[in-house]
Amino acid sequence: MKIIVCIKQVPDTKGGVKFNPDGTLDRSGMLAIMNPDDKAGLEAALRIKDELGAEVTAITMGLPKAADVLREALAMGADKAILVTDRMLGGADTWATSVTLAGAIRNLEYDLIITGRQAIDGDTAQVGPQIAEHLGLPVISYAEGLEVKGDKVSVKRMFDDRHHMLEVKMPCLITALAELNEPRYMTPGGIFDAFATEITTWGRDNLIDVKDSDLGLKGSPTKIAKASDKVRKGAGEKVAPETAEEAVEYIVGKLTEKHVI
Amino acid sequence: MNLAEYKGVFVYAEQVDNVISGIAYELLGKGKELAAQLNEEVTAVLVGADVKGLADSLAEYGADKVIVVEDPELKEYRTEPYAHALSSVIKEYKPDIFLVGATAIGRDLAPTVSARCATGLTADCTVLEIGDFPMVALPGKEDEQKHNQLLMTRPAFGGNTIATIACPDHRPQMATVRPGVMKKIDPIVGAKANIIEMKLEFVPNDRYVEIKEIVKAVSDVADIMDAKILVSGGRGVGSPENFKILEDLAEALGGTVSCSRAVVDAGWKPREIQVGQTGKTVRPNLYIACGISGAIQHTAGMEESDIIVAINKDEDAPIFDVADFGIVGDLNKIVPQLTEAIKAAKANK
Repeated sequence: MKIIVCIKQVPDTKGGVKFNPDGTLDRSGMLAIMNPDDKAGLEAALRIKDELGAEVTAITMGLPKAADVLREALAMGADKAILVTDRMLGGADTWATSVTLAGAIRNLEYDLIITGRQAIDGDTAQVGPQIAEHLGLPVISYAEGLEVKGDKVSVKRMFDDRHHMLEVKMPCLITALAELNEPRYMTPGGIFDAFATEITTWGRDNLIDVKDSDLGLKGSPTKIAKASDKVRKGAGEKVAPETAEEAVEYIVGKLTEKHVI
Repeated sequence: MNLAEYKGVFVYAEQVDNVISGIAYELLGKGKELAAQLNEEVTAVLVGADVKGLADSLAEYGADKVIVVEDPELKEYRTEPYAHALSSVIKEYKPDIFLVGATAIGRDLAPTVSARCATGLTADCTVLEIGDFPMVALPGKEDEQKHNQLLMTRPAFGGNTIATIACPDHRPQMATVRPGVMKKIDPIVGAKANIIEMKLEFVPNDRYVEIKEIVKAVSDVADIMDAKILVSGGRGVGSPENFKILEDLAEALGGTVSCSRAVVDAGWKPREIQVGQTGKTVRPNLYIACGISGAIQHTAGMEESDIIVAINKDEDAPIFDVADFGIVGDLNKIVPQLTEAIKAAKANK
């Protein structure tokens, strides 16, 4: 079987975050990692490959340096890697991103597409389901468990207070939660192979059934009106009492003053 | 797309097991406010099997109209039939704004619907306003500035930044909205819904996923989003057993216990009581953070609380940056004594 895994290179949000003057993210100035939910999706694909045999293709859209996460995917065990990069794709929102990835995926054969639920930079969880919609595929998001059974995929799908055990016929698209598994480490042999494997690079001309007017910043229905560092609530008082009694007296005093007790 | 054809504020009235979710009422509260500014109406969209009886409660919380889509295929939530229902409603009634709760259901449903309707979607909004886009007109291009736009503000990059998004050239303007952020109105008791029934065909195809089993999490935990007082514990509490002192304090105050992600990841407490970016957003009258360092992912979910008290041994803990009253000290000593003091203070009233 053939599995496509969509991965994204994301800034490690534990570091600082920088913006360009137009309000879009300045990715060049931040540490970059493979998005955790996507890594779980890749691991899920590799486990299917280990168990049943599969060809796993990792695909990403981004700047040329996003090739780094594709190398990592190859080193973990992916068979092929595709980088979709083009100046005109920059500044894409989730609609334009999903149109682009769907346009690229139309070149490929697949039984199963796996994406992460959401990326830690945008936290939208929109691109996976939107790719499925453009390709006319059934989608199951928030997968906590995943198993291939013949021509079907069985998925444990998380909701707020319950989970559903779902079954869907392939081809289909599944979005993975980081909780799905513990991704493997790259192996020395894998790293060696990763540098021997060529990464395919595609641009605008390789996208199938896609209009220019749906791509990049111009093709994005949503526009950034304003972006800023978060203004945090100002710190209040901070005390370091000598004893617990003093601390309690302080808290009770404040809560009484505020009419909480 | 003729934008002028699109009118009114629609909200998705999420229901699970034929019980309206709290987010539906919150969206109606906000939707009513936005609709008033636009001089339009707020319409709830209710989708399910045998759900018409729930429509009056939506009217009580402010819905001017309720569009009802019923079909046996809609008994349990599944992406395809629900997306078909909502996108059909949008194509037929052409709303200017469409709001969906950023729940596990809404965050699945809204992306599919927005892609099907070829419009923009902004995730997980915490502020919604009507305003201009661009917010400040470009010099010499004042006539290109659009008015009465939905401005959607959301945290991004793990809560490090906030961004305000507009959707100026596509309709409807769609947003998912974080539960617990918008306010419900005081219900208009006895209000009757103005119901519009929409008949649609639901023909199962390959995109209909099959539900094999539904497993409900057994929980007797009070919903922390409804609590007026929360006593919240982090890794600094030290052990699952030691949460007892927090529970005693919560009981004395008439509150509930919540926790940070570290505590859930350690397996000490269930995910339902987790506060923060990957947990729930809370804004109680009083939030007492005990042994919580206060990573931005946590504070994003509680910084709107009216009063924040933080107790932590580490005087440099970031929780002190959002606390109204910060106490550098040992929670093991302070919390039990605080419980006794509060019991005493209450007994004297």
